[in-house]
Amino acid sequence: MSVTTGNSYLESLLAGQPQLPASPFARLNRLRADAVDRVGALTVPTTRDEEWRFTDISPLTRIPFQPARGATRLALADIERFVLPEAAARLAFVDGVYAPQLSFNAAGVVVENLAPGVTPHGATLEAHLGRYAEFRHNAFAALNTAFLQDGALIVVPRNTAVAAPLHLLCVATRQDVAAYPRGLIVAEAGSEVTVVEDFVALQNEAYLNNAVTEIAVGDGARVCHIRVQRDSGKAFHIANCAVTLAHAGRYQSVSVALGARISRYNLNVLQAAEGVECAIDGLALITDRQLADTHTSIDHTKPHGVSRQLHKCIVGGAAHAVFNGKIMVRPGAQLTDSSQSSRNLLLTGKARVDTKPQLEIFADDVKCAHGATVGQLDAEEVFYLRSRGLADAAARNLLTYAFGAEIIDRIPIASLRHRLERTVLEQTNRQP
Amino acid sequence: MIYRDSKTLLEVRRLCATVNGIEILKGIDLTVRTGEVHAIMGPNGSGKSTFAKLLAGHPAYTLTGGTVAFEGGNLLELAPEERARAGIFLGFQYPIEIPGVANSQFLRLAYNTLQTQRGGDELDPLEFDDFVREKMKLLEMNPDFLDRSVNEGFSGGEKKRNEILQMALLEPKLAILDETDSGLDIDALRVVAGGVNELATRDNAIVLVTHYQRLLNYIVPDYVHVMEAGCIIKTGGKDLAVELETRGYDWVNAEYKTTAHATA
Repeated sequence: MSVTTGNSYLESLLAGQPQLPASPFARLNRLRADAVDRVGALTVPTTRDEEWRFTDISPLTRIPFQPARGATRLALADIERFVLPEAAARLAFVDGVYAPQLSFNAAGVVVENLAPGVTPHGATLEAHLGRYAEFRHNAFAALNTAFLQDGALIVVPRNTAVAAPLHLLCVATRQDVAAYPRGLIVAEAGSEVTVVEDFVALQNEAYLNNAVTEIAVGDGARVCHIRVQRDSGKAFHIANCAVTLAHAGRYQSVSVALGARISRYNLNVLQAAEGVECAIDGLALITDRQLADTHTSIDHTKPHGVSRQLHKCIVGGAAHAVFNGKIMVRPGAQLTDSSQSSRNLLLTGKARVDTKPQLEIFADDVKCAHGATVGQLDAEEVFYLRSRGLADAAARNLLTYAFGAEIIDRIPIASLRHRLERTVLEQTNRQP
Repeated sequence: MIYRDSKTLLEVRRLCATVNGIEILKGIDLTVRTGEVHAIMGPNGSGKSTFAKLLAGHPAYTLTGGTVAFEGGNLLELAPEERARAGIFLGFQYPIEIPGVANSQFLRLAYNTLQTQRGGDELDPLEFDDFVREKMKLLEMNPDFLDRSVNEGFSGGEKKRNEILQMALLEPKLAILDETDSGLDIDALRVVAGGVNELATRDNAIVLVTHYQRLLNYIVPDYVHVMEAGCIIKTGGKDLAVELETRGYDWVNAEYKTTAHATA
């Protein structure tokens, strides 16, 4: 069997790129061209790279994923079970292609496809697009940028609060397709917004989602970012999210990873000014032979920064979870207050987790706490429930559910919370 | 209360058990009949809590000898949940906190599980809410405790009230209350004891495991057993508890050794 690896594989992924129509917006064309160059210079990461030590993505490189040619036309009924009744707007993308018939916007702010958004929002794109998600050294971000076409553009003007959530729905329908979801969220000074990024599949197929999201949180603005990765069990999901926080900005995120055969999520939060705050929580609930890797980085560069992080993994079957949480406190980022906790639950003897808190502190007056635990269900807790009449399996399921519910409860959208809680219950009931 | 026509609920004979290879129980004999309240007292490390947990089926203990019959059946071959369904209830010394599970959800699940086993009707959340609030009044519990996670952030007294609330819901035939008085101030003790007294009937029985006599001022036992080094070394009436409070445990031990020596 011949296996395409390294550069030649990346080039094979680029095969469809020249067919992209040129954008009327010069910056976008420039970004694409730069990214194509970078893809040419980079290679597929392997387990010899420190950042990918535990995550072997060679199964991905056996499939020559290509962008969808022509969109699969879906009706609203096809995505009904993913609809969030609370949402003020929805942007739907099917296999990476914008689907206007599944989208609506009643939010009163810009929530639209990035590609035609080019003309009226040229200044915003110029100022933000491609400025935060680094692709010089990141092959997947470079690939995404090379294919920059459809994507979500959200602009919340100064001092505007959008109470209802905005839903970005990425639907996968076809085998062997590469989708390059792209998002740019700009929350101007004093604004408030909640955005849900939601990756779903209609069939159990092998496809690639390679997503990049950039979030700019302005002075005193608040962004709540919910991310649900429920891709098909055969899919590959690679995502990069870059967040930058201006003075007194706040960023809260809850990321839930349930799907994909192999998933990797990089979340980089840059505290670029004083007095900013971020709370980033995550849950990976995986089983069978799934691998879910979360790499986060919180970069404290200025004084009075606060960061909170709770990351949980529930690992069943022969699945493998990876967590790497980097906290950087730069010189001068005095009075930083940071806490990080990684808690992991292994449900079987074959389940595995690799967790690594990574603190790099270059300021002397800071408070940084971190901790990691890996364990099985507590025998005393199981006995307590059994002594009240619950069967062993029911007791274990309830405790597993509760472990995950602590993260899911932090999602401020009731319908999504309930749906995810049901999913967690179903998945835990399925465990041997 | 001791009744003439009572039935034997629990019959423990020569029960021996180890934990991690260390012998903790060395031949316990105990008979409990319906309507009775028993107190098992003894110094720390005498094996009281081990005995209580073992009756509920705690997996950490290894049985090395003896028998336990519950309503005539072999209790020792039942899993913990089967014992609960048969009517055994253990009130925990240290109730477990379960973050992420609402107390109401937990209580309803436990209640409905036992109802199903006993052929009764399950209650939906609304019906259960009315039912449990009524029971909470008995323990002067704030209904807010229904919405919080099971025992999470509860004070010692609140946890113990929550245990007795479970007893009230599950209506066991035999309730074993392990150090229910520990961590309670005098007001909480009065309320918890009042709840237990309310739940005692002539068809069930209660075994109180306690270090101090204090609880027995509120829940009056029919029998007081003194446990020492894995054995019940003396059994008496409620006056024995008072005597233990004033004289301590040493004299019982000395008396036992003398008797044991004399009979040997």
